[in-house]
Amino acid sequence: MSTSAPVLQVHEASKRFGAVVALERVTFDVGRGEVLALLGDNGAGKSTLIKAISGVHRLDSGSIVLDGVDMTAATAMAVRAHGVETVYQDLALFDNLDPAANFFAGRELAGPAWLPRGLRVMRHRRMAERTRDLLDRLQVSLPDLAAPVALMSGGQRQAVAVARAVAFSSRMVILDEPTAALGLRESARVLDLIRRLKQDGVAVILVSHSMDHVMAVADRALVLRRGRAVGETVPTAQNHEQLVAWIVGAAGAGSV
Amino acid sequence: MAGHGREALAPPAGQVPTQELGAAVRSRPAGHRTLLVALAALRVGPAAILVLLMVVLGLLSDVFLSLENIGNVLNQSAVICILALGQLLVVVTRGIDLSVGSTLSLSAVIGATVWRDHRSAALAVLAALVTGLLVGLVNGLLYVKGRLPHPFIPTLAMLTAASGLALYLSHSETVQGAPPVVDEIGAGRIAAIPGGGDVGWFPTATLAVIAVALVLTLVTRGMVWGRWIYAVGGSPEAAVRNGIPVPSVLISVYVLCGFLASVAALLTMGRADAGSPTSGALAELDAIAAVIIGGASFLGGRGSVVNALTGALVIAVMRNGLNLLGIDPNWQYMATGAVIVAAVELDVVRGHLESRFRSLQAVSTR
Repeated sequence: MSTSAPVLQVHEASKRFGAVVALERVTFDVGRGEVLALLGDNGAGKSTLIKAISGVHRLDSGSIVLDGVDMTAATAMAVRAHGVETVYQDLALFDNLDPAANFFAGRELAGPAWLPRGLRVMRHRRMAERTRDLLDRLQVSLPDLAAPVALMSGGQRQAVAVARAVAFSSRMVILDEPTAALGLRESARVLDLIRRLKQDGVAVILVSHSMDHVMAVADRALVLRRGRAVGETVPTAQNHEQLVAWIVGAAGAGSV
Repeated sequence: MAGHGREALAPPAGQVPTQELGAAVRSRPAGHRTLLVALAALRVGPAAILVLLMVVLGLLSDVFLSLENIGNVLNQSAVICILALGQLLVVVTRGIDLSVGSTLSLSAVIGATVWRDHRSAALAVLAALVTGLLVGLVNGLLYVKGRLPHPFIPTLAMLTAASGLALYLSHSETVQGAPPVVDEIGAGRIAAIPGGGDVGWFPTATLAVIAVALVLTLVTRGMVWGRWIYAVGGSPEAAVRNGIPVPSVLISVYVLCGFLASVAALLTMGRADAGSPTSGALAELDAIAAVIIGGASFLGGRGSVVNALTGALVIAVMRNGLNLLGIDPNWQYMATGAVIVAAVELDVVRGHLESRFRSLQAVSTR
């Protein structure tokens, strides 16, 4: 558990879609610089939960509090404005544009300020510098900063998407299966990146199916099953089996 | 920078053969370099086609490379160039505008009619330009606000509607006469540029093309709006998620495309000293072909001003050259078809090379 006040507090979150109960009274929190892994089988409610936090879905009941501010009813834009970015599996990158253009898409550095946003002149050099600084800070090395993202590998693209997320979010990043499409080496790079976010004091929610990756970077793991939080523990090699049992529903709920 | 018009990509700098995983994954800088060279070569593809055409035609015909003939080609290509630039903006956003030929006809008829009835050059030019703007606005609104499934539909409807309106307003007859200033821009030569005797060889219309191309280059590369059209074309979903005003961006490209069609109408009016209701017939096909030959992708997000102009010139040069060689005009259409297929094949090859490059990146970078 984190020592300071939690960045995110989710309390008794419930959500149903028609007759399907997607979330039922899920309660947990995430602290500054903490990596919380979200585990669960397909349909366990992981997606619904992260979409509720990021403002895409509205909860039926329960509450979501970010740094003391109630965001239960906030829109996706409001959640982003509050410093929470979500990197979905499709990454939402612009393949035809270079990393700097991807970083600043929709929030280009441009002037003069009295013109409407679209008519302003872009500050190419400033955007490139800011991009380089951020990638350096996160120790992401890209072969060519001027190349379109289309020419980058899966891991490099993931790194660009994550870096874009943290560039504009001070509080928390939600990563949806960031290593699912990656090979061994590229996964390792993304896990390194998560560790650096943690060092920077960014809270991370990591949705993953890979127990190895969860054990490698997560401080805590929360297991969802059929919309309920069925277990929470520090993921280690020793309780690996317990986690799997929670995921598949072979053991009773409760903490180790 | 918008993906396409970049200089050759530098070879990856951070490439260090990594030892920790041993022989299983080895860095292959040689493969990288070959691919990068091939990709750079493809990027200059349209220009290469143009140069090749000019060399071949220059060898086959004595007249082809004369200043007089080059002036003719430039003058003939001006309308396609302007239409292609408008079409480019639309194609970059994954769209298509089939109505530019009809818009041209309608603008020309309205401009010539206003000139005939009021004898005011300013009013005639204004009427022609506003016509294009309005047609483009209707196209954009129908597509975006009318939620039509694909821009093919509203612009196809506009193709027939604008053409019908042009024929109706002109009673299916050419409206004779155009303002002198329009004649000068559409048909004039600049005597100050040496080589063409007293009359000059360099067409004024080409200056208009250069001016429009310069403005569009600055706008697409330097202005936030320009970045947005490439972003919308690259990924409409990501554009929405990143707070880019996608509907406004989409409407704006159709408005600009319509406007440029009416600029092309002024050039056409000037050349003919008249406004004909069929002057733009099938011009949309030239414009679309030019953009494709110029390497823009119908999947959106790719294409540049210079390459679209190159595509337009390829079409004009081919037409002119086959004429000079006395080849049946119908061959021109077949030749254009062949060049379109070749250009799109190059785009497909580029896609393959890019994905090869991506997988090389995955195993060889740190």
